[in-house]
Amino acid sequence: MESLEEIKARVEASVTGAAVEIVPNDAPCQQRSLRVGREKAREVAEFLRDDPRLRLDYASNATGVDWPDTVTKQKVKVKKQINGVEQEVEETLEERKPGCLEAVYHLYSMALKQGPVILRVRTADRMQGVHLPSLTPVWRGAEFQEREIYDLYGIVFDGHPDLRRLLMWEGYRHHPMRKDFVEPDDYEYEPTPHDEVLEKAKAHYPADGGTQGGTA
Amino acid sequence: MSVHSPTVPADTRARLSPRAHDDSGLGNEFLEVSMGPQHPSTHGVFRMDVVLDGERIVKLKPVFGYLHRNHEKIAEATTYLGSMPYTDRLDYFCSITNNWAYALAVEKLAGLNVPERAEYIRIITAELTRLLNHTCLLGFLAQDMGALGTPLMYAFREREKILDLFEALTGARMMCNYMRFGGCRVDLPPGWIEQAARVVDGYPRFLEEFERLLTGNEILMARTQGVGILPAALAVNASITGPMLRASGVDYDLRKTDPYGIYGRFPFRVPLGAQGDVYDRLMIRLLEMGESIKILKQAIQELPGGPIVDPKAKLRAFKPKAGEAYGRIEAPKGELGFYLISDGSANPYRYRVRPPSLINLTILEDMCLGHTIADVVVILGSVDIVLGEVDR
Amino acid sequence: MIDEGLRNELSKQGVVVTGFQDLYNWGRKNSLWPMQFGLACCAIEMIATAMARFDLSRFGSEVFRNSPRQSDLMIVAGTVTKKMAPQVVRLYNQMSEPKYVIAMGACAISGGPFKQGYNVLKGIDRFIPVDVHIPGCPPRPEALLHALITLQEKISKETFTGPGRPRHLDPNAPSEFPIPVCGPDDLTPPSNPEVWRPPTMVRED
Repeated sequence: MESLEEIKARVEASVTGAAVEIVPNDAPCQQRSLRVGREKAREVAEFLRDDPRLRLDYASNATGVDWPDTVTKQKVKVKKQINGVEQEVEETLEERKPGCLEAVYHLYSMALKQGPVILRVRTADRMQGVHLPSLTPVWRGAEFQEREIYDLYGIVFDGHPDLRRLLMWEGYRHHPMRKDFVEPDDYEYEPTPHDEVLEKAKAHYPADGGTQGGTA
Repeated sequence: MSVHSPTVPADTRARLSPRAHDDSGLGNEFLEVSMGPQHPSTHGVFRMDVVLDGERIVKLKPVFGYLHRNHEKIAEATTYLGSMPYTDRLDYFCSITNNWAYALAVEKLAGLNVPERAEYIRIITAELTRLLNHTCLLGFLAQDMGALGTPLMYAFREREKILDLFEALTGARMMCNYMRFGGCRVDLPPGWIEQAARVVDGYPRFLEEFERLLTGNEILMARTQGVGILPAALAVNASITGPMLRASGVDYDLRKTDPYGIYGRFPFRVPLGAQGDVYDRLMIRLLEMGESIKILKQAIQELPGGPIVDPKAKLRAFKPKAGEAYGRIEAPKGELGFYLISDGSANPYRYRVRPPSLINLTILEDMCLGHTIADVVVILGSVDIVLGEVDR
Repeated sequence: MIDEGLRNELSKQGVVVTGFQDLYNWGRKNSLWPMQFGLACCAIEMIATAMARFDLSRFGSEVFRNSPRQSDLMIVAGTVTKKMAPQVVRLYNQMSEPKYVIAMGACAISGGPFKQGYNVLKGIDRFIPVDVHIPGCPPRPEALLHALITLQEKISKETFTGPGRPRHLDPNAPSEFPIPVCGPDDLTPPSNPEVWRPPTMVRED
């Protein structure tokens, strides 16, 4: 199979406006991925499926990943005027990088027995801008998997034929696989809470320091 | 913080309602039946909302999540090795192949090698698991068609022989927890390989007996031939894998196209179907059992000595480098894949199971439209689902 | 009740003497028909127990009834999730008295290995009364047989009157339990306080 750089070049040549970049991977298996911009994701997918040299007709896996907001603190020496004297003061600079949700597709070819090509699409942010184009019209196999990503992560796929919750019940209002999901307080009576159980109990019963454990 | 999810959209509700398909103008009302989650033939807690016109299926929507045990979320809070017993409980019929898929993904992530003896033992146990799975599936399918209990008794008789082998090797009948990253957990006890050879030698006789019982049976032929046809193009586009795909005529078996372990050394054929109906899927599984027996006989004969875990692997406080890997195997039900993202710590950042049973259900509705409700039971049985894997 | 020596003498002559209570309990315990209700992995061991090697039907559980109306015993085999919990309680309500529940496997007792799950109900005894618990993951078929025999012994000790009577002879004991509803975060209510009363522990510090 051709290398990822060649695929990237051909995708960019054939689909105008597609923002494609190669994502490195440090693991020994060297499965690098192609990150595609949201707007042209479906055209890129159709190209990958129909191109005679690639024929990636089999979407093996579609999954969601949560990249939460990160805050990095940096100590920087800054020259400041204090009481008329120029001094060097240490300040901490906080850099807030917004997080996003990502959909990852593993594509193989059953016709030409080659692969994988890994496709990644990112949302704008984790709150309101969670829309991505659905690739179900391109690969029908992504239907249930995109429903599951919607259920567990909250990415809304535009163009999906039937976007409902898959695993959790209708009326559930959280997206459980997100990193900031707080589990419900239904840990049963715990005689000697310690470590994580005590931390979880403290979050729900801050007044008594979590000594009572879960529901009684 | 949570994003409030909207309720079921209005147009979906309209499409699912019983009156939605009435074109005749006669005021026919269709019957909406919910099959499951407790139902004798749904292979676990699986529900299908079926809209019927008399006895013919007009619409079928599967509903799952009744066994959603949060395996992926728990795995993010557990170490890599700690998730190995949970993989047993995914496809609870075939625990050893689940273990192998996970071990393969981690070995790709961390760059571990597997010694020869461990590879042979892996193949022996995996093919025994394939025999076990296909046998039980045929028994369950026959039971769903009305042969209450007797074929299942025969199937479970063979299963018990293989479970005895697993119990002697791993200590547990079902939840074996046998694979480790870089090899297997424990070496074969003395006498095990002879007992395995005896079980494998006795299998063809059972296969012949079963094949005679099934394929000579007029009711079974009438109920399975021409039912639930799946065209090959749709199967490929819907990401179907495993015996269902091969019954539709597509030659894609991971043991041949993307060999893992040492499958390249074993010559075996891949049976393909012609029509893609339930009968083809039955026969494919019978033929695959025959091929598995060939692989087993060769592997049992060629088994070398040596260590069973890579001696150079550093497995204490296992922290693979940051990166990601996707490892997949040909499980008895289809392609089972594990996608792992590591951030350098002892727990995975993202742990994803690619469940063959869930994805094989994508076209359940397409296969069932126009058939009667009795056929739905047979078609669902031929898809071979296990709810532990569908819901995780 | 009756002198053992006299009973043996009579039985040698072909006369069987028993009390009404023993007869009633004997009839009930030796024909417990389970409901076909497997949820997860433990269901496979339950099926294996019903198969030829560990024959369950020799203990009276000849057929697994499909309908809850016709069964006496519900073997909750496997993890009960919050999505499934209302259906389990509804099925239990549909069974007719006298009815018994065996919680098979670690998941049905307390959530088992999936206790950290947000969708896992931490034990079916939060909503319905359980008679016998079988630990194990999954418990061996012999363990299920042992549990059935334990249940039979429990039934044989039941009396017609007094505190040892079974639930269906007690006018104050409920036979149907309220069905929980899947709410926006969790089940509502998360447990049934009349059924499930875990001990609270007061620690000295």
